[in-house]
Amino acid sequence: MNGDTSPVKSDFRTEYRKLTAKRIGFIITCVIACLLLSLFAATIGSYPITPGEVFDSILDAILGREPSDITIYHIVVNLRMPAIVASLVCGFGLAISGVCMQSMLKNPLADPYTMGISSGAGFGAALAMIIGFELIAGTGVVVNAFIFSLLPAMVVLFLSKFRNATPTMMILCGIALMYLFNAATQLFMLIADPEDLSAVYRWMIGSVDGTDMGEASIVLIVVILGTIYVQYMSNQLNLMGLGDESAKTLGVDVERKRLILLIAVTIVAATVVSFTGIIGFIGLVAPHMVRAIIGTDNRYLIPASGFFGAFLLLVSHLVAITIVSPLILPVGVITSCIGGPLFLYLILRNSKEVWA
Amino acid sequence: MTDDLKDSISILMEPRKSDDNTPLGIKIEDMTFGYDENNILENVNLEITEPGLVCILGPNGVGKTTIVKCINKLLKPRGGRVFVNGTDVSSMGLLDVAKILAFVPNSQQSVFSMTVPEAILMGRHPRAGWTTSERDIKVVDAAIDLLGLQEFSTRDIRQLSAGQTQRVLIARGLVQEPDILILDEPTSNLDVKYQMDVMRFLKAYARDRRIIVLMVCHDLNITAAYADRVILMYGKGVFADGKPAEVLTAGNIKTVYHVNAEVSDFNGIPQVHLIPEYD
Repeated sequence: MNGDTSPVKSDFRTEYRKLTAKRIGFIITCVIACLLLSLFAATIGSYPITPGEVFDSILDAILGREPSDITIYHIVVNLRMPAIVASLVCGFGLAISGVCMQSMLKNPLADPYTMGISSGAGFGAALAMIIGFELIAGTGVVVNAFIFSLLPAMVVLFLSKFRNATPTMMILCGIALMYLFNAATQLFMLIADPEDLSAVYRWMIGSVDGTDMGEASIVLIVVILGTIYVQYMSNQLNLMGLGDESAKTLGVDVERKRLILLIAVTIVAATVVSFTGIIGFIGLVAPHMVRAIIGTDNRYLIPASGFFGAFLLLVSHLVAITIVSPLILPVGVITSCIGGPLFLYLILRNSKEVWA
Repeated sequence: MTDDLKDSISILMEPRKSDDNTPLGIKIEDMTFGYDENNILENVNLEITEPGLVCILGPNGVGKTTIVKCINKLLKPRGGRVFVNGTDVSSMGLLDVAKILAFVPNSQQSVFSMTVPEAILMGRHPRAGWTTSERDIKVVDAAIDLLGLQEFSTRDIRQLSAGQTQRVLIARGLVQEPDILILDEPTSNLDVKYQMDVMRFLKAYARDRRIIVLMVCHDLNITAAYADRVILMYGKGVFADGKPAEVLTAGNIKTVYHVNAEVSDFNGIPQVHLIPEYD
């Protein structure tokens, strides 16, 4: 039906190659930026350490060699690296959770916070800290936070299974549960003694300090498994963004795949949040920023958002440990301070290009 | 059209591969569909086995879109069975259905930005793997050329007009390389020229690829001019079925649409003239 009005031959091949090169280039840049920034971050602190010494210490740790300077080795490997690794892994996990939730629910506001995951975790943590209630005795805050953070997702899943909830209903339900859990947490905080109150408050802000390598490794394993799964599903996530009807006619069993994906990303986000506390904005801002640069194809968007989220959280960590040094601020304060204006900037600058 | 363009689009106009001897066709047996207490369709029987452009006509709410959505598994009938290429769709997965059937919706809203070629590329999912192959890109290029979408190729689909979006959705259906292409009012937002262009193209596409193109339409005269077969729906089922001249009679139009019409003959094509009534 092509008339003579536009006789030029379409050349998607060249466009696609350029776009793919740009996308891969962006991912590689983010990976390199994360590595360099990690090296730099390990030099920051009250004890002066050079990047070369950081590099040597990490090599010593990886190769199992005898360190030349045990003090530097201890500071780098045992004190500074766990927080750096935790920043990278948690930033990655929060960002991929955000990007998947936004794509599968077709909603630019979806993230671990608006889906109620963070507030569920907050409630679980408050229960453990204030009234000493632990779901599994002796496991402390982490298990409580993890299990309670899964609750809102379970309610959403139940709704969609038995009430045929639309993506919009699912996110509204997440928001409703977020308010409910926040209110319950605040109620506990009102009756808490000042010491507990301070602990809960610090937890609610979110922090990567004090994370040990064992905890970071657990998060790392969950994030890697989650990433493999969502990356495998990224093609189908692309189709889900077209709407349920179109996705079905293109061969995707939308309802089932959405449930499985929601469970997978909830577990990733819940694991991150239960170890670090509530770190806001990374899950929301990182995907949107990356989308504005490399487009909406989830095959590239997921890893790119992950590495960009890792970079953002590491930058926030750096700011948190330097801005009022020697005091260390919880990283959640910084992510919100950076994330808020960044999000505002995105809305004003790119609203028409990135989301409707 | 230049030779260059003809060369580009030939990949999409190749005849359907029937090397595995799969029978082509849609067969509906005693199908009933409804919401709550009400049945919209009752004991519908229909068989389409000949390649060509088949149009479904009928008044609003008669179940035209419902019947096509039962064929491609978007809706589940209450009773009866639907066969596509000889297989009961209830025993097929959505991906298997998508390999045979492409569905072009009437409209679509996208939340996130996407360029026109990327949106068309989505149609390759049933046939492609996780990665995008050279052939996928070639087919997308062909569809853009075929539907004259070159000038929009860098545009975000959300910036297109309703008519342009419909052409993108048709292109997405074509790159699925289906045996059966189903369209839900694909020309509703197009001007007269594009309506005729799309109809002419779909007729040629069905003939050249030897596939079934089944579309829901509203315009009686455009249907009469291009359809190989017309299915007129009324009263919870098929009211009349046959060649345009057999179906589009003044009597049928009066019964189904409750309007008076005269039907004349223009080079063998029935022309429907609606007779207006004034208060």
